[in-house]
Amino acid sequence: MTILLEVQGVTKHFGGLQALSKVNFELQKGEILGLIGPNGAGKTTLFNVINGVYPATEGRVIFQGKDVTNAKTYQMAHMGLARTHQIVKPLNELSVRENVNVGACFGRHRYGLGKANQISDETLAFIGLANRADQLAGSLNVAQKKRLEMARALASQPYLILLDEVLAGLNQSEIAEMVEMVCKIRKQGITIIMIEHVMEAVMNVSDRMIVLDFGKQIAEGTPQEIKNNPAVIEAYLGDPELAKKLMRKAAE
Amino acid sequence: MDFLLSSLSDGLLIGFIYGVAAMGLTLIFGVMDVINLAHGPIIALGMFGIYLTFNNIGLQPYIGLILVAAIGLLLGIIIYLIVVRRVLDAPHLSTLLATFSVNMIIIGLGTAYFSTAPYNVDFSLGRVSLGPITLLGTRVIGALAAILVTIGLYLFLYRTRPGRYIRAVANNRNAAELMGVPSNKILALSFGLGTMLAAFSGGLIATFFPFTILAGGSYELKSFVICVLGGMGNPIGALLGGLILGLIEGIIPTIMETTWVPVVEFALFVIILLVRPSGLLGAKK
Amino acid sequence: MKLLNNHLGLLIALSVITLLAVWPLVTQKPADREVAFTILRAVALASSLNIILGYTGYVSFGHIVYFGIGGYVGFYLISQQGYSLYTAMLAGGFSAGLIAFLIGKAILRLRGAYFALATIGINQAILAFVANFDLFGGPIGMNINFQLYQDYGGAPKALQLAFYIMVGITFVTVLVSYAVRTSKFGLGLLAIREDEDAAEVMGVVAPNAKTWAYVLSAIFPGIIGTLFFFKNANIQPHDAFPLHTSIELLVMVMLGGYGTVLGPILGAAGYQRMRGLLLTSPFFKDIQLSVAGILLLVIILFIPAGIVGWIRNRFPKTRRVLQ
Repeated sequence: MTILLEVQGVTKHFGGLQALSKVNFELQKGEILGLIGPNGAGKTTLFNVINGVYPATEGRVIFQGKDVTNAKTYQMAHMGLARTHQIVKPLNELSVRENVNVGACFGRHRYGLGKANQISDETLAFIGLANRADQLAGSLNVAQKKRLEMARALASQPYLILLDEVLAGLNQSEIAEMVEMVCKIRKQGITIIMIEHVMEAVMNVSDRMIVLDFGKQIAEGTPQEIKNNPAVIEAYLGDPELAKKLMRKAAE
Repeated sequence: MDFLLSSLSDGLLIGFIYGVAAMGLTLIFGVMDVINLAHGPIIALGMFGIYLTFNNIGLQPYIGLILVAAIGLLLGIIIYLIVVRRVLDAPHLSTLLATFSVNMIIIGLGTAYFSTAPYNVDFSLGRVSLGPITLLGTRVIGALAAILVTIGLYLFLYRTRPGRYIRAVANNRNAAELMGVPSNKILALSFGLGTMLAAFSGGLIATFFPFTILAGGSYELKSFVICVLGGMGNPIGALLGGLILGLIEGIIPTIMETTWVPVVEFALFVIILLVRPSGLLGAKK
Repeated sequence: MKLLNNHLGLLIALSVITLLAVWPLVTQKPADREVAFTILRAVALASSLNIILGYTGYVSFGHIVYFGIGGYVGFYLISQQGYSLYTAMLAGGFSAGLIAFLIGKAILRLRGAYFALATIGINQAILAFVANFDLFGGPIGMNINFQLYQDYGGAPKALQLAFYIMVGITFVTVLVSYAVRTSKFGLGLLAIREDEDAAEVMGVVAPNAKTWAYVLSAIFPGIIGTLFFFKNANIQPHDAFPLHTSIELLVMVMLGGYGTVLGPILGAAGYQRMRGLLLTSPFFKDIQLSVAGILLLVIILFIPAGIVGWIRNRFPKTRRVLQ
């Protein structure tokens, strides 16, 4: 199995605040890696470091064998790394199709507009937004915007997608649809890291999981191992509802 | 050497007035995140206000300043209520264009009424000699007036209730509203204070130099440079920045022609924005 | 037929310009020709500004500086060095583009209000510099010896020639604006306008795209500057760098609708016409700037997308046409 991404001893300071502390893991091609942890644990910060929004204070990020610790976000996009945002960032005044075109035109292959339109049509059909292709992105509802965000990421034909809480704010049926989408994406050969709070969903879909708490990596393993890990449960005790849920599941 | 010393002290004194002008701009930014592009014309209105009260009513300029300040306050409140309030939470482009449109309206009306001819307030307080340095009386009194106003502003912001409200809204508008602060009135008052300081400084400048309706523009640019230098949203930074700029303007005539001043100021502006965008004393976040 | 459908917006735009070009030929009045020249100039300048303002979302308040730079460089070459108008125009455009490149590298890193303020500062600073620059005549500026117009068949023929060139330049500017708008490059610019960070995450190399947009938006004003002052026979600092004209360009773009090809054209034509009418009335002449200010305010408060933008939003089917 090839290793797609290596995160080596990544630490990130913001002034006095230590957001990440010696995070270490490898990502295999074709995996779905779940990234969980209480609020403020540093999950999105980790994405930002991998993705190039800001560089790590210490440590290295290696993507496809290349050191990308100091790479910019657009360089990462050209190398085949795509990402969605926790708070969606649609290009409001552009149409849905134009939004996806941007992904296709500036992603891994940097296609021209003609080919991009073709890819956008395929991607929109896949994601279920084909009938809204000419609508303004700003006029979509939250669930649709999240799907648009994913469509944009997919259109760039990445090797790796970072999904940041794609299930947040969705109802049960929308969650089920989205999870199915994630599985379909993996079937296309794309590797995925998912930040999630919806425990059931992420545990069902992940091959492996990593747990962050206060910037530190407190656990790594299969969903089964993570569920029963006392350190994880303790971290989430700050969230008693969640801890109760986890303990109930462990008992089943 | 004497020339240099006089030039520097002159610049320093004028710097106090620049500081007051910049404080007006930075106050508005600090409280509501708006860059008031009508700042320049309001300074010009302050200049003309003193001209009119001096020439038409015969009011001593320093008394006329009180009237000018009051009108500046009122004008600011009106501008806030009609224009700024509506674009407060819109994208920055909208607030910039909105305040700039007020700029255009004032300049247009001002040009129609006063034309672009130079005006002068024929007022002098003689000279004062301090050893090798000769200072103009108007500069000294002007600087004193500026210092008084600064102290007054400080006392207002820190010792009165409206002042505390203003600082609360500047800190966190939503939280202040939740605590019962009448944010709309406070914002209007803050904007008015900002324009009041602008008009007041304009009035003081009128006692120094001749001016035209378009003169406000160059002082507006100076205010921007000062605010960026001292940190946008930081009133003390504005005063400090004003003094620094005043000193720089005192030095320039000894090295090169005064017409280079805008070039130097602009270069300074861009350099600071690129090198230390939060200013020397740190901007409000 | 498909060609017509796809490019209908462009055809409308080009028709408007053709109308403006042909009208003085029909009436045979030099006064009409001068009015048309002024309107075409506004259209071309507004369309250029639109590339950095409307497409990329960077508000250049002081854009007129490139008109002045091109004007001065071209005028200098014509009046002091005896170059032909055509060479001078190319030089004017090139120098404007070059300076835009250098300045852009410095200030395009700034966002929002700071960028806007920096552009004002540039205009004022270059104005001050030129007013001190003896090679360009300092505060007095430069003049053209009327003998020079003999090279173009005499002064009246020179004015006619200038008009035809202006028509040509306007056509080119609009075509370029359209080409950018419908290209991949343009899509990148629009993405930057909407959300620069998201655009970069998707792979748009924003620093480069912005710089090229800025340079492109400066070249045509540079060329137009040379042409305008050639016609004017005289150039002075305050004529070359009029800040309030710069803002009026902004009003034109906002009025017509930023981010579209047609918007700046309609905005410029409409605003220029209104301005012309106002200037004939002695009362409105002085407060012309105030009227522009009120107009801008009304647009900002009530129709921020401009006329064309408003139509596109209200009638989504027009979106394909009114590009």
